Amino acid sequence: MNSNTQTIGMRQKESIFSFLISELKPKGKIFTPFNIISFPVIVVGLVIIFLRFKNGIGSVTNLTQDVPWGLWIGFDVVTGVAFAGGAYVLVFMVNILNLKQYRPILRITVLNGFLAYLFYSAALLLDLGRPLNVINVVIGNNFGVSSVLFLVGWHFLLYMLALLIEFSPAIAEWLNARKLHRFLTGIAMGAVIFGITLSVLHQSGIGALFLMAKDKIHPLWYNSYLPLLFVVSSVFAGISMVIFEGSISHKVFSGQLNENDQQAHHNILTGLSKICALGMFAYLTLLVLVFVHEQNYAYINSPMGYWFLLEVLGFVVLPMLMFFMAYRRQNVLLIRIAAVLTLLGIMLNRMNISIICYRWDAAERYIPSWQEFTVTLTIIFIEIWVLRWIVRRMPVLQRLPQWVGGGH
Amino acid sequence: MSINRRTFFKAMGATAMALTVGKPVVASNETESGTELNGILYDVTRCRGCHGCEWDCADAHGFSDFDIPKNPPFRQTDEKHRTVVNHYETSKGSLPRKIQCMHCNQPACDAACLTQAMHKTPEGPVIWREDKCMGCRYCMISCPFDIPKFEYHSTNPQIVKCDMCINLISEGEIPACAYNCPEEALMYGKRSDLIREARRRIHDEPDKYIDHIYGEHEAGGTSWLYLSPVPFNELGLNTNIQHTSYPSLTKGFISSIAPVDILLPAVLLGIYEATKKSSNKEEEI
Repeated sequence: MNSNTQTIGMRQKESIFSFLISELKPKGKIFTPFNIISFPVIVVGLVIIFLRFKNGIGSVTNLTQDVPWGLWIGFDVVTGVAFAGGAYVLVFMVNILNLKQYRPILRITVLNGFLAYLFYSAALLLDLGRPLNVINVVIGNNFGVSSVLFLVGWHFLLYMLALLIEFSPAIAEWLNARKLHRFLTGIAMGAVIFGITLSVLHQSGIGALFLMAKDKIHPLWYNSYLPLLFVVSSVFAGISMVIFEGSISHKVFSGQLNENDQQAHHNILTGLSKICALGMFAYLTLLVLVFVHEQNYAYINSPMGYWFLLEVLGFVVLPMLMFFMAYRRQNVLLIRIAAVLTLLGIMLNRMNISIICYRWDAAERYIPSWQEFTVTLTIIFIEIWVLRWIVRRMPVLQRLPQWVGGGH
Repeated sequence: MSINRRTFFKAMGATAMALTVGKPVVASNETESGTELNGILYDVTRCRGCHGCEWDCADAHGFSDFDIPKNPPFRQTDEKHRTVVNHYETSKGSLPRKIQCMHCNQPACDAACLTQAMHKTPEGPVIWREDKCMGCRYCMISCPFDIPKFEYHSTNPQIVKCDMCINLISEGEIPACAYNCPEEALMYGKRSDLIREARRRIHDEPDKYIDHIYGEHEAGGTSWLYLSPVPFNELGLNTNIQHTSYPSLTKGFISSIAPVDILLPAVLLGIYEATKKSSNKEEEI
């Protein structure tokens, strides 16, 4: 707090450029365990990315002609978008339903969502064989309007813009730009409403991508309700990510918070766990409905059937019950465990649909190469670095500057 | 004229039936623009499996380092082989079967492509256009026959698949494989003519063929048609494939996008106004 008010005082004297340059310098310790692990991974990852553009996708990945979408799409994009769903759910709760108690975690969630989308699109570009032609989709000389991917892409792009607008008041506060701040808060409501709409559509759209792969995905995972299942599961996947990520950032950035904030955070977590439990109950009901409707009993007594049961019982039913119990007993630890289980479950579900049970009968199985894992880690680590840089500088977790009206 | 109850209900039932099934679902031979599609009829009983079409195809598409392994195992098309012929052990002995793009009437790859690089031409072939493709490989995900192949080891990769020799067709010639087949197992022509010819062959020699033309209705109809002496699943063809087109699977989702984009903001705005007012009242009290 103290240092923050000092920088605001100093900022009026110095020019904006010298301020920006001073902000570029790292704050905090350099040799932390996280930095020591992440830095070499990022260096290796960047080398692999260079090799990918020099020698082609096949030189660093194990993708086959049968399984053309691997870890970079199945995890980075398909799973990652579900994890980033917390942004639209929380924005809906705070700005539309007016549930003010969740406001303290809104900014960090929106920032997380924005960075996640930014880096997933980067991962997507790495996976494109002819990335320069991505411009065809944007400038509109070749609109494939009947394509689900086209619609997902555009909703994705516009939603990133909406998230940036939603977060932009924090940037204005950091730069001490008061007029800009007033303008940005003014247009934020439009971004909120369209952001939620765009989210609902691209979350379900990712499920709709797999509708045409009817004969390729195992029948226990393929059904015509995929879009609905994806959007419902994105609600509790996103919230679980908020719980998980919030628990970490409240430890790491504990200096920016006081005791009241910590207590408020516990109340927020129990509230979120109730929403998760209800969301998972709705999802489970849908799953049972689909299972009965598609008459999938015959597949259960097989290795794929046991794999399916593990996903549903171990990573949907179990965390759902844990969320219920944790809410009733106000047990924060149990909430965190349930959130981690839910995230693993969503990862399992999305990977099952896009990789593991996609062409499960193929002669040549796809197993991601170490390079693919390293690049995925690299993208996540760079994202965390950028997140940390922003949180240490802009009013994300910390109190707003005095000149901003209204509560945080 | 006497109408008793029973005939009345019969008439009612017949009318209802006519209304519901009145429009028969038949795979069309025409594109939306009204021109007639071309196709190729492949008769397995005439094919000797000489792999000649593979050489002709490689020749026509400029693959210089082309090679067919001796004693080949089961092969798939790949980035160097737009078509392959495999031999299958069937109930009537070893039979060959050619694999290539089926050139669906309503292709999944065309509907999937977000840059219109995959394109169903009015002449019939489904082609890939280099200047538009961004290499996302969604066509490979969508194709029910696993046909588009990707050059993973190229820095400027292409999607490789049979293009029914579009450059030859547009000059009024016929595709290389059909032109060169020594046994006339491949027949190029208008799709409707080919279906008529296939029916004639089945009719003339009912013992020689099974009574089914693969591709007439599969995946909503394809430009490539198969005739076989054994059930098609014995030749490695997917016989569970749906008879409606693959793009119809996503039609429902795509048509729901515009209503959601328009109506959901209105609903959200309504909820926002409602909760804003109620919280203001609470504050006043």
